[in-house]
Amino acid sequence: MMTDQPAKTASASAGTPARAKSFNATKHNGETPIIRQSAEVFAERAQNTQLGETAITISNFDARYGEFQALKNINLEIPEKSVTAFIGPSGCGKTTLLRWINRMNDIVPEARCSGKLTIRELDVLQPRLDVVELRRRVGIVFQKPNPFPKSIFENVAFGPRLHYKASRSELADLVEWALRKSALWDEVKDRLKQSALGLSGGQQQRLCIARAIAVGPEVLLMDEPCSALDPRSTLAVEDLIAELSKEYTIVIVTHNMQQAARASDSTAYLYEGELIESGPTHQVFTNPQNPETERYITGRLG
Amino acid sequence: MASASESLNVRNRSLQGLQEFWIKGLLWLSAGFSIAITVVIIVILFGEAIRFFADDSITFAEFFGSTKWTPTVGTTAESKSFGVWPLVCGTLVVTVIAIGIALPLGIVTAIFLSEYAPRKVRAFLKPALEILAGVPTVVYGFFALTFITPQLNWVHQLFFGEEGFAAFNSGAAGIAVGILCLPIITSLTEDALRAVPRSLREAAYGLGSTRFEVATRVVVPAALSGIVSAALLAIARTIGETMIVALAAGSTPNLTVDPRDGVQTMTGFMVQIAGGDFSNFGIEYLSMYAVAAVLFAMTFGLTLLGHRIRVRFREAY
Repeated sequence: MMTDQPAKTASASAGTPARAKSFNATKHNGETPIIRQSAEVFAERAQNTQLGETAITISNFDARYGEFQALKNINLEIPEKSVTAFIGPSGCGKTTLLRWINRMNDIVPEARCSGKLTIRELDVLQPRLDVVELRRRVGIVFQKPNPFPKSIFENVAFGPRLHYKASRSELADLVEWALRKSALWDEVKDRLKQSALGLSGGQQQRLCIARAIAVGPEVLLMDEPCSALDPRSTLAVEDLIAELSKEYTIVIVTHNMQQAARASDSTAYLYEGELIESGPTHQVFTNPQNPETERYITGRLG
Repeated sequence: MASASESLNVRNRSLQGLQEFWIKGLLWLSAGFSIAITVVIIVILFGEAIRFFADDSITFAEFFGSTKWTPTVGTTAESKSFGVWPLVCGTLVVTVIAIGIALPLGIVTAIFLSEYAPRKVRAFLKPALEILAGVPTVVYGFFALTFITPQLNWVHQLFFGEEGFAAFNSGAAGIAVGILCLPIITSLTEDALRAVPRSLREAAYGLGSTRFEVATRVVVPAALSGIVSAALLAIARTIGETMIVALAAGSTPNLTVDPRDGVQTMTGFMVQIAGGDFSNFGIEYLSMYAVAAVLFAMTFGLTLLGHRIRVRFREAY
């Protein structure tokens, strides 16, 4: 249980110095509904954050693209069943780190890495790893919604069809479950057979989340999942992330400070390939240990 | 507010309207040219075909009903028979053999090039295919006649104990036409596959697909309209292919689907008539236009069909 003083103050009443510091500094008007809500969520999180066991352990991790060293000596522990945000300016390596967790970088010819990355007992970086099984356990959601040009049903059923022998009705149940879980069922239940490309951007992204959870992963990686969405859809996806974090270990890359603040339990700040600071979100945001982190969070850097 | 461009002289635009007029005219003319050519061809084609059918000894019923095509037999209209089916059949046999070879091989090669091949292999294989596309068709014709047919006979001997392929046969011609179509199908299909956005591939990999599953369940379906286009273009090319069949398939109109026998295709017949010693106004000469009109109707029908299929199976991304 984290009980920082400034965070507690924030939870006690809106408009305290702590809140002013984390939100006004990033040039947002404290009166807009989004910010008010985020302040509440943030404050609530500060009170309730209880980080569980470590799900993903990253140690002495280096990554490179050809000659370019993208990540240097990263050491990080990601707690289970919570949301961990990677923040940092563009090109700092946060997406690279995320994409190594399920070895998505395997399809990038130049990408290499060294060090240790484990999910529970599984050594992710071993050469003989069954990446298909890894990716079944570690789902990923991308920056731009990328539904397949197939029906809504087929999109969600795609993963289960790869991994499971399911009857037609079992598959239908699974699709419904995943769509309900991603808060999309009521909007699409009457048009499951229609193309997923007819959905709005926010709906498409929730569909991509449904598609990812339908295979039954333990970990969900999200690479700036809201950056192509409007504010309303962003909130819907964030609510969904909060809901999913009860059951899944979620790692989210974001450029949006508010989003990291409202949606994550712990935060890791990367800068130029190095991990500058990590810890519970309210601590990183209200009481950063490293002056560089503070500069970034308050908008003077990046 | 003063801007940097204020110090510059404004371009004289007084001739702008005139210039625009000429450019527009030129563009219309260029576009009109190809349409005009098409119209002229269709008018001549069908005009002469109508003259053919206007002849007293010719009926539609015979042309589309009879199975005998003997336009060069005898000198009187009575001794000649104009039933187009043997020619259509010859064309179809060659087309089916050619597409049966080129389509699967072309699509598999395209999938390999686009999804599997390392950059170096691709850099070698692509130009090799383009060389194949650059070989003159008459060379393929000779190749079919002097290489493929003997090989087919060798295989036939192996299985049946005797040579079965005639010197001119639809099998060898079909294989050669298939080889001719292979680069067309491969390169168009590969273009279609590579045009599928990377994000879709990543989505499929991210869900735990193998490379094969990514290719067959996501990339190929998403590129299907392009692949269908490629196939139809290849079929149209096959139906219209002339030199190979004129050399290797023979010149005996023959209603048979046996690839060992010689056939005459529609294009083969046209070559024979146009290059032979026939009067420019004789009925056999006019029959060439009737056959050409049928050929045109077939390729046109294919184009329409292709359009339908594309609309129906579109997985737009």
